[in-house]
Amino acid sequence: MNGADAATVVRIEGLHKSFDHLEVLKGIDLSVAEHEVICLIGASGSGKSTLLRCVNLLEPVDAGRVFVHGEEITAPGVDVNRIRRSMGIVFQSFNLFPHMTVLKNITLAPRKALRLSQAEAEARAMELLERFGLEDKRDEYPDRLSGGQQQRVAIVRALAMQPDIMLLDEITSALDPELVAEVLNVVRELAAGGMTMLIATHEMGFARDIANRVCLLDDGVILEQGPPQQIFTAPREARTQRFLQRIVEAGRM
Amino acid sequence: MSPIEQPGAGPPDEGSRRPRLVGDLWRQEGAKGVAIAVLSTVVVLGGIVYVVLHSTYWPEFREAFFSREAFAESFPDVLEAFRRNVVYFLVAEPIILVWALVLAVLRSLRGPVFFPLRLLATVYVDLFRGIPTLLIVYLLGFGIPTLGIPGLPTGGWFWGLVGLILSYSAYVAEVYRAGIESVHPSQTAAARALGLSRWQTLRHVVIPQAVRRVVPPLMNDFIALQKDTALIATVSGMFPEAFLMSQIYQSSLFNFTPILGAALCFLVITIPMTRFTDWLLERQRRRRQAAVA
Repeated sequence: MNGADAATVVRIEGLHKSFDHLEVLKGIDLSVAEHEVICLIGASGSGKSTLLRCVNLLEPVDAGRVFVHGEEITAPGVDVNRIRRSMGIVFQSFNLFPHMTVLKNITLAPRKALRLSQAEAEARAMELLERFGLEDKRDEYPDRLSGGQQQRVAIVRALAMQPDIMLLDEITSALDPELVAEVLNVVRELAAGGMTMLIATHEMGFARDIANRVCLLDDGVILEQGPPQQIFTAPREARTQRFLQRIVEAGRM
Repeated sequence: MSPIEQPGAGPPDEGSRRPRLVGDLWRQEGAKGVAIAVLSTVVVLGGIVYVVLHSTYWPEFREAFFSREAFAESFPDVLEAFRRNVVYFLVAEPIILVWALVLAVLRSLRGPVFFPLRLLATVYVDLFRGIPTLLIVYLLGFGIPTLGIPGLPTGGWFWGLVGLILSYSAYVAEVYRAGIESVHPSQTAAARALGLSRWQTLRHVVIPQAVRRVVPPLMNDFIALQKDTALIATVSGMFPEAFLMSQIYQSSLFNFTPILGAALCFLVITIPMTRFTDWLLERQRRRRQAAVA
């Protein structure tokens, strides 16, 4: 593609996705620039998670196109495994592999998908574990860790592939309130380090702090987007105002 | 087939727990309870023994089934022949474990490219699960040697064993498949999202978890297989295993004690295996409860 795209990591054009007869995404257009942090907010069922899963090709796209570094990944015949290696995704429910230690969880994909040697993969994993204060958990199994620790390990597992972009799918929604902060702090550190991120979240305070841009999804479209100050203090759309009103009433902001 | 235990399925209530025969009694009822249990056992068992020993045909029954002389004469040979059953089992089991896993993986493959393989594996499992094992053993054990194809083994026991392997693989494949399907789709999603291929995901993430979960039901099939090596008696001819050997003695001695001798051989192996399986199931249940708590 041309030079104008050089700083664009992910570009989404006219994305549609239905499950059976339910249309979840009704034409999404979105570009994510390098080092940009975008937060997707919106009610449950507005399509945030589906959008992330479509970008990662975990869900096949019905119509529209997704580009990564200018290459269309929704085209037929594209090697999805290669594409996914450049994108890290972290799930709401952690999804660590329960039969493997923390270290094995982190080194599996670098060894098998990137063909790193075990020593290289372990060195890379230990560096990340130390960075996030988890080095003493390397030989633990996931069920011995708290939810917050499991989710931090899941983030490290995604980072070990050295992705160009991280997709975070409501990564604190399954956590006890006192464990949310440790996970969000990891994400803050990633943002400070310049990681490009597309984040679906219900944590409005966090979105306001960290995002360069906030997108409100409503009924399968991006209803409104802009810098967090504008979205949270002076939303233009009536439906954005109502959504934020409900969040405030629920005491979540 | 035993149902596959789903982790987290159902509440971890005390009632679902398999009671231990003696240990629980001591813990729940104390010395008095144990004394009552011993007393009532003596009364009940003693009563049964008394009735049996004083029944009209007990002497004839004892002579036909529990003859000391017939046992002494037949048992060394039956025990010797039982070594064949053990060898059959030891040879068949690893082959079944591998072949059944191949079948289960073929049946679990998604995508139109794999349709023929999926179809073949499905037909195989349907056929061999639907036909009595004895019939397959008989068919192969007598049928294949009559073809006289050069280069093929002609021993009936060999083809009987092949029949046993083919039949049991179908059952074990279904156990594996249930295990594979019990692994949550989010595990596959996580692995694929990391850039692992379908095969790598199956190999490193799905199958290891599936196999761990189905070890207890697999043990039940091991026990059944150990017993069903006796089916080869129908085709083993010149190379009798324990059951056939006991039949030979039974027909020459006109006494059924040798058959019970063969039964004894099987029990010595299958009862410890059953207890071991119970222990495995119990351990799995405890771990699951610990994980829930």
